[in-house]
Amino acid sequence: MSLSDLLPGQRATVLAVAGNAALIQRLAEMGLLEGDEIEFVTTAPLGDPIEIRIGDTRLSLRKADAALISVAAVGE
Amino acid sequence: MPSKPLTVALVGNPNAGKSTLFNALSGLRQHVGNYPGVTVEMKTGTCAAGETTLHLIDLPGTYSLAARSPDEMVAVELLLGRVPNEPPPDVIVSVVDASNLGRHLYLTTQLMELGVPVVLAVNMTDVAAAGGTVIDFAALARETGLPVVPLQANKGVGLDQLKAAILDAAATGKPPTPPPLPDAVEREAEALRPTLGEGTPIFLARRLLLDVGGSTEQHFTATNPGLLEQLKAARVRLADSGCPIPAAEAKARYGFIRAVTAKAVVVPAVRPKTWTDSLDRVLIHKLWGTLTFLLLMFVLFQSIFVLAEPLMNGFDVGSEWLSGQVEDVMSPGPLRSLLTEGIIAGVGGVLKFLPQILILFAAIAFLEDCGYMTRAAFLMDRLMSRCGLSGKSFIPLLSSVACAVPGIMATRVIENRRDRLATILVAPLMSCSARLPVYSLLIAAFFTKDRPFWLPGLVLFGMYMIGFIVAPVVALLLRRSLLRGGTSTFVMELPAYKRPSLVMVVRRMMDAGWAFVRRAGTLILFSMILVWTVLYFPNTDATGTKYEDRIEPLKEQLQPALDAATEKRDELLEQIAPFVKSKVEVPKELAAALERAKAERAAALKPVNDIRAEWKRNSYLGQLGRWMEPAFEPLGWDWKIGTATLASFPAREVIVGTMNILYATDEEDGGQLGSAIQTDWAAHPTRGVYGVPVALSVMVFFALCCQCVSTLAVIRRETRSWWWPVFTFTYMTALAYVAALLTFQLGKLIAG
Repeated sequence: MSLSDLLPGQRATVLAVAGNAALIQRLAEMGLLEGDEIEFVTTAPLGDPIEIRIGDTRLSLRKADAALISVAAVGE
Repeated sequence: MPSKPLTVALVGNPNAGKSTLFNALSGLRQHVGNYPGVTVEMKTGTCAAGETTLHLIDLPGTYSLAARSPDEMVAVELLLGRVPNEPPPDVIVSVVDASNLGRHLYLTTQLMELGVPVVLAVNMTDVAAAGGTVIDFAALARETGLPVVPLQANKGVGLDQLKAAILDAAATGKPPTPPPLPDAVEREAEALRPTLGEGTPIFLARRLLLDVGGSTEQHFTATNPGLLEQLKAARVRLADSGCPIPAAEAKARYGFIRAVTAKAVVVPAVRPKTWTDSLDRVLIHKLWGTLTFLLLMFVLFQSIFVLAEPLMNGFDVGSEWLSGQVEDVMSPGPLRSLLTEGIIAGVGGVLKFLPQILILFAAIAFLEDCGYMTRAAFLMDRLMSRCGLSGKSFIPLLSSVACAVPGIMATRVIENRRDRLATILVAPLMSCSARLPVYSLLIAAFFTKDRPFWLPGLVLFGMYMIGFIVAPVVALLLRRSLLRGGTSTFVMELPAYKRPSLVMVVRRMMDAGWAFVRRAGTLILFSMILVWTVLYFPNTDATGTKYEDRIEPLKEQLQPALDAATEKRDELLEQIAPFVKSKVEVPKELAAALERAKAERAAALKPVNDIRAEWKRNSYLGQLGRWMEPAFEPLGWDWKIGTATLASFPAREVIVGTMNILYATDEEDGGQLGSAIQTDWAAHPTRGVYGVPVALSVMVFFALCCQCVSTLAVIRRETRSWWWPVFTFTYMTALAYVAALLTFQLGKLIAG
């Protein structure tokens, strides 16, 4: 499943980041790496972008980019 | 004996508290650094560390040294000492957030590769401790090999230790040992180096290899087209050997960082719920978040509009008073006119913008410092991305509805260069407050008498809508043509909320105001004087008599009659006021008497106004306007409207004053100009019939044109280029002309 499929409050482990090199690099610089546990916080009122949390870092990314990040949901 | 001054660069992630540290160190001894081609501000300042002077450079906040824009590239070259006439830094201070060391150390590991001593300044230790994070600073220093200083920059705690560490680091001058990148990466980078030219640091060779499509790549491949193939081959080789780019770099750096934090940092097992979690639950909530946002924007917009207005009027009254004083003491002539109509009006015109700029920047600094700005961008991103902009474009564009000048300055919060440029270029399309006098004049003249009561409001609304509709369309076109590319990523950090610092807010506000006065002020003043000159000269009529010599005696002669008529009018207005107030019909004889008094007043003014009108008609600008009349014809305009439009190049509202002179009417009586225009047009074969289409065409022109030197001056300042203001003026004038032409021709068809 991809990051954009998660529900608010759901946690997941990042499996792989696809997309162009600049996006992968940018996400890594901001602390999103393969193997990290993330939390899907919420979706913006207009439906895009989304907010995720990695440790104490909150990131906002567009759904189109989030769809490139494949994750495995962590058991409830 | 004082030792030689040291150059110290402050580098850190956005929200690491870097600016707070910079302000705490340099106090008032700072100014904006001037680096060629850089559109973001880099501040420099000084502070004393014992006997030594430290020259501080505050670089823009960044997550990494992988440069993706020319601005970021300049920052990297500055750190490498490759910017001409700028000394290389003696020490780099890496500012990191104690609560989020794991991520902030990423940039530190890159800084360690620059071959310059690095001091690690761990900021906001109090916030981290309150959140349950325990940092062993000695272990942190041991594991990173860097001198470590714990800081609370906002309270000034740890500054002396930081200064001491900087002096120590400079004295030893020993660069740190960076965490190693995979051997394969190092070998490929080393292999690239000979092709890059003499003396290229290994750091740039690494960046060239690692930053796919980055600024380093663009920089080097521009002069060496074969290099791109070489790079691609090297990256394929790396991927095949198990070091895919760019993941390999992140893996190596975070591997090192994890080893460091494992020994030096203990975070609570269960993450405590923070203030930010609770606030975000409300502030980005579907309903409450949206409502809060709308309310905040309303308050912001109202305060620019309403709070600033009395102050702006104050400047108007002040400059009029000053003009009056000058007129009393000086005899008529070019110098007096230059002083009153050129310089005082010009300086007043510059200062007038200050209240709006100060209010907007106080609000923006507040919202940004407390962390809300990114939430606003988060909420609005969907809407703005539809027209190729980003969420951060929203506040600048909204502010432009009050005035494009502070709006354009507010685009500094947008990091993406293309987004920022697109926002700057469309901001002047938003209907600003300077357009209002033009609208209200023409609406009063053509849309009030014998028309439905809702029509004036509807026309005004329509004029505002033009900007709201055209700006996104133009933004989209720009993003698809001149400013193509660069939209793909919008990854933004939503920092933790914090209490804004009053000092920072005041400082941002003063910086913005001062920057405007200093950099835009001269250009505005210059253009005001230029327009004054072409409207003033030639100042003698066909017989060689000076217009002023004709006006002055006439004025003195008519003064008693004027005073009497004015007094009578004011008396009558006072008598009528209660009727108007209680909405009772004004008695006929009173109304008639008022009309008579007004007519007497106009008659007393007319001879002087007629000479003024003749003067302006024959001035250089009047001659130009008449010569250009064929160009105005398709818009339904005569030379008077055309000349007034040309004269309003420095500022749109100037058209009202100029039209008053050209139509020989009195400025004090607003309705008079409207009826004078109507009378004047009625005598004309086309304008007489098509008054409404002509009025609409003028309004549409002013809705879309860029007749505002302040805006152009600010665009020049913010983009550091003459090309963008010239481009903006050209495209907006062309757009305005075509739209006004269509409006008039269509209106003629419909009315015909």
